[in-house]
Amino acid sequence: MTAIVKIIAQRLALGFLTMFVVSVVIFVAVNLLPGDFAEAILGQGATPEAVEAIRRDLGLDQHPVKRYLSWLAGAVQGDLGNSFAQANFAAFVGADAGSGLASVATQIAPRFENTMFLAGVTALIAVPISLVLGILAALYRNSAFDRATNIFTLSSISSPEFFLAYILILFLAVMNPILPSLSNIYEGMGLGERLTKTLLPALTLTLVVMAHMMRMTRAAIINLLASPYIEMARLKGISPLLIIMRHALPNALAPIINVIALNLAYLITGVVVVEVVFVYPGIGQLFVDSVKIRDIPVVQACCLIFAGAYILLNLTADILSILSNPRLRQPK
Amino acid sequence: MKILMVLILAFGCILAGGWIFRFLGRKVSGNKPYFRDMGLGVAFGYVFAALALAWLLWAYAQSHSNDPITANKFFFLGKAVEGFLLFSFAAWVFRFFGRKIGTSTSKRIFRSMPLTASFGVLTILVYAVVSIFAGWLAPYGQEEILSSANIVPGGNPNIGGSPEFPLGTDQIGRDILSRLIYGAQNTVGIAFATTCLAFFLGGTLGFLAATLQGWVDQFLSRGVDVLMAIPSLIFALLLMTIASAWAGSEQSLLTYYMIVIIAVIDSTRVFRLSRAVGLNIVVMDYIEAAKLRGEGLAYLIFREILPNAYAPLLAEFGLRFCFVFLTIASLSFLGVGIQPPMADWGTMVRDLAQFINFAAFAPQVASAPLLAAGAIALLTVAVNFVVDWMLQKTSGLKE
Repeated sequence: MTAIVKIIAQRLALGFLTMFVVSVVIFVAVNLLPGDFAEAILGQGATPEAVEAIRRDLGLDQHPVKRYLSWLAGAVQGDLGNSFAQANFAAFVGADAGSGLASVATQIAPRFENTMFLAGVTALIAVPISLVLGILAALYRNSAFDRATNIFTLSSISSPEFFLAYILILFLAVMNPILPSLSNIYEGMGLGERLTKTLLPALTLTLVVMAHMMRMTRAAIINLLASPYIEMARLKGISPLLIIMRHALPNALAPIINVIALNLAYLITGVVVVEVVFVYPGIGQLFVDSVKIRDIPVVQACCLIFAGAYILLNLTADILSILSNPRLRQPK
Repeated sequence: MKILMVLILAFGCILAGGWIFRFLGRKVSGNKPYFRDMGLGVAFGYVFAALALAWLLWAYAQSHSNDPITANKFFFLGKAVEGFLLFSFAAWVFRFFGRKIGTSTSKRIFRSMPLTASFGVLTILVYAVVSIFAGWLAPYGQEEILSSANIVPGGNPNIGGSPEFPLGTDQIGRDILSRLIYGAQNTVGIAFATTCLAFFLGGTLGFLAATLQGWVDQFLSRGVDVLMAIPSLIFALLLMTIASAWAGSEQSLLTYYMIVIIAVIDSTRVFRLSRAVGLNIVVMDYIEAAKLRGEGLAYLIFREILPNAYAPLLAEFGLRFCFVFLTIASLSFLGVGIQPPMADWGTMVRDLAQFINFAAFAPQVASAPLLAAGAIALLTVAVNFVVDWMLQKTSGLKE
């Protein structure tokens, strides 16, 4: 037991270290910008005095290391700075300084929840379907069914998300108006309505991630079918489905859990394009909009959140696969 | 809830149909082993496939019905069926001639080729030809603004088409066919250049890390670990923000920045692979011999390691190309990738996307954005089919 705790503690420490280094990379990248935030906010109307005032206000005249530390300290406490989107000169100086500023945290919080909702719905649809399909494909390997699913999944992996999204819009929203093609989610919406509006983006994402999970499940199971204990089970006369469910699947869990976690990480980070297509008010759309108008604090914060989610899920996958496979628990 | 009930009911009906099918099969064939040992799942599959095929045939017939409303409703399904048959036939013909013509080596390759792989090879060849000769093939220029805007694709004058523009024109009057053809040159060309750059960077550094080992290896590997901890599309978008500030008013520079950014991000993946492959090669005796001969580092990497790492790197090149191509298309679709006035498929999809909403009344109108998106999908599917076949051939995944 202590060995497991030790390994998990090691992984967690490594995860924190990665997160720290990633935050440094993001900060350095953003600070490579020519000029600085002050000029970016003021744009055409930048007079030396105004630039100077804003620089002082934002603390841009301080040493980069100090600025990084204060940014990091703020980020850890949930204060991600202020968005530039509505910022102007008046917002920074004078009696009502800070009034015209929208804090990044308040902008991101509701959208983050929406994105998690979308990812959750997708995971609920995609994981069971892909597991069942993967097991079926392994059961009926090299049959017409296996080949058809192979072609189908290969095509859906390799298509761009927006292609799948528009195909679904075409068939499920325009030609046969079953689902709404725009996901205008607002606060205080009923769960049923919210689900209907989320369903089309969720289905698109399902198509994208399902293929990978299904192929991995199939490959992991088929890999094991050549091992002696499976042959033993077959000789005992157990039915093929039972062999897979009882003997192959538990041993194939580690790679399957790994690929599911990786795909969930993809869901949280790769939703950008799908959110833009369906105008879904999630964090991905905010990110793209901020990239276009160069709203640096928001871009920075979104990047940090995405990287954090990515690292966290990878970490979970690591730990779960160690837990599910006793052989990995022994340090080499 | 109602949909769920219908689905469960349909499932039950098909299952019952499967049972009856198996029962009849046993009676008619006199209990042949095939029917005797058939699982219910297989029987279900047969009935399900038969029903799906019947529905497809019915839908195809509907798409050619005389009533325009019904025909419109099944327009895309009909086109998809026709396209699928056409592509399969083309792939079959290509493989057929490949088996007859050419040297004995090429014949042998074609003989073991599945239909999906021959489709992939054919598609890649067509894309290559189109992108190289785009200037001769396109009827108009990519930036040329012609007399009339918003001409409907299909070339049928009755519904607002024009035989001069077989795929119509866009909102400001540029010929869509020409832009699609130039798009092949721009999008595919840029993706290819980016992948080559990524391979040059990642491959060289990876082999360098494998040969030198020690602190160089540690330094490069840890650096790559950090870069890979940030999701690639997100990182690309962050760097593009910075690049767009650098480019300032010269937006055309942005395309070059994008090539470098995506190449660097993707080279981390190439680095991982080439380092792993390289580590297996450097322990070989012939490397030891070359080292004792006193060969330099460049000789070791390019003359000894590289030729022995071709097979895995080639498969990786195909997959990497797909990723790069999709990333560029996504960036362009989001509006931060290849900059106008260059024709490019991702941007075309974004610009023409609104036409999809007219599909219910005039399906031809909606086909313009789908053509551009489909062009992207077709190439990546083709490359994936070929890579899948290559991997299966080299790794011998039989069972």
